[in-house]
Amino acid sequence: MRPDKRAVRIGIGGPVGSGKTALVAALCRALATELRLAVVTNDIYTTEDADFLRRAGVLPDDRIRAVETGCCPHTAIRDDISANLDAVEELEERLGALDLILVESGGDNLTATFSKGLVDHQIFVVDVAGGDKVPRKGGPGVTTADLLVINKTDLAPLVGADLGVMARDAQARRGDLPTVFLSLVGEPGAAPVADWVRDRVAEPASTPRHHEPTPAHTHGP
Amino acid sequence: MSLSTLLVLADGRLPAGAHAHSGGVEAAVAAGRIHDLPTLESFLVGRTSTSGTAAAAFAAASCRALTTRPVPHARSGDIEAAPLDRARLTALDNGARSAARVESLTDHRGALRDDSVRPAERITALDDGIDARTASPALRAASRAQGRALLRAVARIWPAAVNPAGPNPHHPIATGIAAAAAGLGPREAALTAVYGGLTGAASAAVRLLGLDPYTVHALIARLAPECDRVAADAAARADDPVDDLPAGSAILLDLDAERHATWEVRLFAS
Ligand SMILES: Nc1nc2c(ncn2[C@@H]2O[C@H](COP(=O)(O)OP(=O)(O)OP(=O)(O)O)[C@@H](O)[C@H]2O)c(=O)[nH]1
Ligand SMILES: [Mg+2]
Repeated sequence: MRPDKRAVRIGIGGPVGSGKTALVAALCRALATELRLAVVTNDIYTTEDADFLRRAGVLPDDRIRAVETGCCPHTAIRDDISANLDAVEELEERLGALDLILVESGGDNLTATFSKGLVDHQIFVVDVAGGDKVPRKGGPGVTTADLLVINKTDLAPLVGADLGVMARDAQARRGDLPTVFLSLVGEPGAAPVADWVRDRVAEPASTPRHHEPTPAHTHGP
Repeated sequence: MSLSTLLVLADGRLPAGAHAHSGGVEAAVAAGRIHDLPTLESFLVGRTSTSGTAAAAFAAASCRALTTRPVPHARSGDIEAAPLDRARLTALDNGARSAARVESLTDHRGALRDDSVRPAERITALDDGIDARTASPALRAASRAQGRALLRAVARIWPAAVNPAGPNPHHPIATGIAAAAAGLGPREAALTAVYGGLTGAASAAVRLLGLDPYTVHALIARLAPECDRVAADAAARADDPVDDLPAGSAILLDLDAERHATWEVRLFAS
């Protein structure tokens, strides 16, 4: 726990439907009892993901915030992060000290990554249903994310995806960066990802995590 | 006045939250009022002459409240404006601060309508003036959200910015604060406000309707001179009492904004 430091912020990005919200729900189930956590969702369309999480009951309502992204989900997490920073800071202000804030991006494409001004670490989620070529295609998400999750391994036989090829290509693209295979159907707890997140939260910040100054305000005379 | 600094402030890529707002376009598209280039044009012309003109006036007035009075430029006849000297302000203790600020205003500004009006009071009055001109609570919230986002950017880009307005001012007020912090004057503040309103709405229409981006930008180029005119007018009235500033509003923008805020599925925050 880090009562005197701001929460660790982890971005969860990846193409539409790859399982980002399912992963967020799994992480909430796994971590909500041990960490003080909150979630920001960036839906392309309004509050679908936030509503799913509320219905799933994995987190109290007031710990989930949705951000609108004006047709451009990648802009909101990378080029103009102001609405997301507002949401994150509003949660921290309202809920008091937190350990972890998960920011789910709107489903986008292989080039959509989070700004370092918004998150400390990022997870990129792809699925095997998109074909075993996805890691080979690379792109900033696959290549640079701190953790690559290849989800829906249960579907591999149905779509003829070769997990060995995906593992090999991922390693070629990512070098030493970790990759995990997951089936959120078979393993609803997302244990390997939850462990990785626990490590990030436990990690002493090597440099003090950047504190966004609140908008400038000098009191008038 | 630095033209390049004006470009920095007016750049649509400035990370100040604008991309998530459609300026009423999303609701107008859904209502069938905007569906092609001519309907977009009439929307933009109407918006510019109502809420755009009001935004320009309040941005100019806010900037003026935070800068010295423009003095004729020796060479070009252009105007120069100097931001209040924050280094000087912060060097003083709190007690002396307000006196110094008033003094630095009256030193350079010459005849204000009311020399005793201090910047913070003027800014507060301007902010109230926008509330009074904005019937729709949803539009007020959207304006303050954009004001907050702009100030977040300003605090990082021009850290010496003087902001007497608190963290959530209306967007035109924040635009005036930003312009003053950047060393720009009231006319540039106004231009940024009215031009930003125009291009923000136009770009939302491109995204929502798949309009040809070249024809939309040709439209922006046609309407740009009108932004110059609105900005010059706003700068000329920057010292006017709040009640005398433009109060144009478009009733459909207010009604649409209220409906839009209740939609279950929407792409833009406003
Ligand atoms: N078979 C299978 N289905 C999965 C798995 N994980 C998620 N799904 C399903 O995939 C669909 C999309 O999952 P989401 O979690 O909504 O995906 P997302 O990435 O959040 O989608 P967007 O936010 O719309 O981009 C849902 O129907 C999930 O139930 C998995 O491991 N296996
Ligand atoms: Mg989702």
